[in-house]
Amino acid sequence: MSDETGTGTTGAETVERRVRVVLVDDHRMFRTGVQAEIGRTDVTGVEVVGEAADVDQAVTVITATRPEVVLLDVHLPGGGGVEVLRRCASLMSAPEGAVRFLALSVSDAAEDVIGVIRGGARGYVTKTITGTDLVDSIFRVQEGDAVFSPRLAGFVLDAFASTDAPPVDEDLDRLTQREREVLRLIARGYAYKEIAKQLYISVKTVESHVSAVLRKLQLSNRHELTRWATARRLV
Amino acid sequence: MPATARVAETDEPPVRKLYRSADGRWLGGVARGLAGHLGLPVVWVRALFVALLLADGLGALLYAVFWIVVPLGVGGRSTPRPVFETTADGRRRLRKPDRGQIFALIALAIGAAIFAGNIDWGNRTDRYVWPTLLIGVGVVLVWRQADNARRASWTETGRRRRTLQLARGFAGVALVGMGLTVFMVVRGSAAQLGTALTAAIAVLTGIALLAGPWLVRMSQDLSEERTMRIRAQERAEVAAHVHDSVLHTLTLIQRNADEPGEVRRLARAQERELRNWLYKPEGTGKDEGEEPETLAEAVKRAAAEVEDKHGVPLEVVVVGDCPLDEKLVAQMQAAREAMVNAAKYGGEGGAVQVYAEVEGRSVFVSVRDRGPGFDLDSVPADRMGVRESIIGRMQRNGGSARLRSVPGGGTEVELEMERADA
Repeated sequence: MSDETGTGTTGAETVERRVRVVLVDDHRMFRTGVQAEIGRTDVTGVEVVGEAADVDQAVTVITATRPEVVLLDVHLPGGGGVEVLRRCASLMSAPEGAVRFLALSVSDAAEDVIGVIRGGARGYVTKTITGTDLVDSIFRVQEGDAVFSPRLAGFVLDAFASTDAPPVDEDLDRLTQREREVLRLIARGYAYKEIAKQLYISVKTVESHVSAVLRKLQLSNRHELTRWATARRLV
Repeated sequence: MPATARVAETDEPPVRKLYRSADGRWLGGVARGLAGHLGLPVVWVRALFVALLLADGLGALLYAVFWIVVPLGVGGRSTPRPVFETTADGRRRLRKPDRGQIFALIALAIGAAIFAGNIDWGNRTDRYVWPTLLIGVGVVLVWRQADNARRASWTETGRRRRTLQLARGFAGVALVGMGLTVFMVVRGSAAQLGTALTAAIAVLTGIALLAGPWLVRMSQDLSEERTMRIRAQERAEVAAHVHDSVLHTLTLIQRNADEPGEVRRLARAQERELRNWLYKPEGTGKDEGEEPETLAEAVKRAAAEVEDKHGVPLEVVVVGDCPLDEKLVAQMQAAREAMVNAAKYGGEGGAVQVYAEVEGRSVFVSVRDRGPGFDLDSVPADRMGVRESIIGRMQRNGGSARLRSVPGGGTEVELEMERADA
């Protein structure tokens, strides 16, 4: 399962941007589908350099191939996506060629979604996403940006909206007004460009707001975050 | 890459249960487990046990009881402590060596010295002290052995370790046997009468001490097996449900493969039903016929109905929730109308986004499509859909509705309403 892409780089270079991706999902059918949709390297610029079906395989393949982005399923045999993130933690902050994770799941449960994000994933998209959007998300993650789907934005808004527990760290445990606005527009299905237009700010600023939210989500002291979101049945 | 990282270590049990700790233990892992459970430094717990040991060996007795009753686990430590630790800013550094262990060792040595000093060596009792110590050490060895046998079931042990374990088991048995023999010899010479009785008791005690750990562990393993069986039953139930609903739908989809609209509708309906079933908390399984009682439920219900009727996917995001009141019911009707419009006229541009948020007293709903869009002013005055069903209805109930439409860029309907109560 190491490298069965077959697409190679023999074709003419029609796209200048390139990204090496590893697919982690326990459903072979799904991997094949994603591969077919984004794997045409000449057109999309995405090169699938490896695939894995469980946690152990994933860690092996990721360590061996050192991709730029890993598409990571939340539910995996052997401990789930969170376990992969835990065991690859050192690769995420590696100075040369950091590996970034994009969670890709059919799961709707808040604890799954927020769990992988807190584990270090740079974003979360649902499996209903279109091929074009997925390629776009992969590149955004590669560039260091965070990717929030509408649903994830909803979870985050909900989790941070609770005021029943006093925040442990004021800076981290609160979203600024602007961050909330941006998240709300994402939850309403707006694209970055549309959000920028709506709020009279640049796309870069939108990106930095989203990244700040992601950072708060990953570092926040609200250890009850996940449980809280689950208790409210946000799905 | 860690070769065999222990998976269970990160899975904290949902209910905090006391476990003896399998790693970092000196004897049975009782102190480490207790410390983890109580959130105290291990040194304190160990020191306490040593202190209690001086009170006529109460510490040893307590320790033994804990050892028997508390199952061995990987929990018990509040946080797993790898050799490297990651600081808040993501850097990794070597963990500081445990100074407490050295202290504990010293404390133990002092305790043992005091214990030894307390015993009246000159008296006849010393005949019993050494055999008792021998038996004690043997029993400890055997009990640790039982723990290791258990632990081996979840961690692979190498061949070399296994022989070592075997040797330890034998050593334990030998020690206990030797202690009992010495007892017999000392006792036998002192009093002839009770010898047979003492021998019987000694042998029985020996057997109990040796077989005890396995008996206790066996009963614990049995209860574990029971939970496994319950799990298997749950699986069977899931299988039955998946069979009835999902496989049925898949068959329908195969039969309707030529009609993409119908296939999509079936798949979405099934997806929704399955999600409901999977993620709904126990006891809230509501029948389809029942009226929704909260805002989130109402929004999801309305979206599901529109989706089924028009075959356009609606993506719903709800933030917060509140009970429905009269005004909110009106808002829901307006929202439903907006969803129908979006599905009918803007559905081909992709999924319709529905967003609802409860913030303090106000409830906000937005319905957005990516269809061709339209100009409200150019809609004929006799067409009542948007004007009456959405805008009019909201205004009559004290709310507001805004409609934004860009030709070619989709339409968005924003509905805002103050809650009656709260």
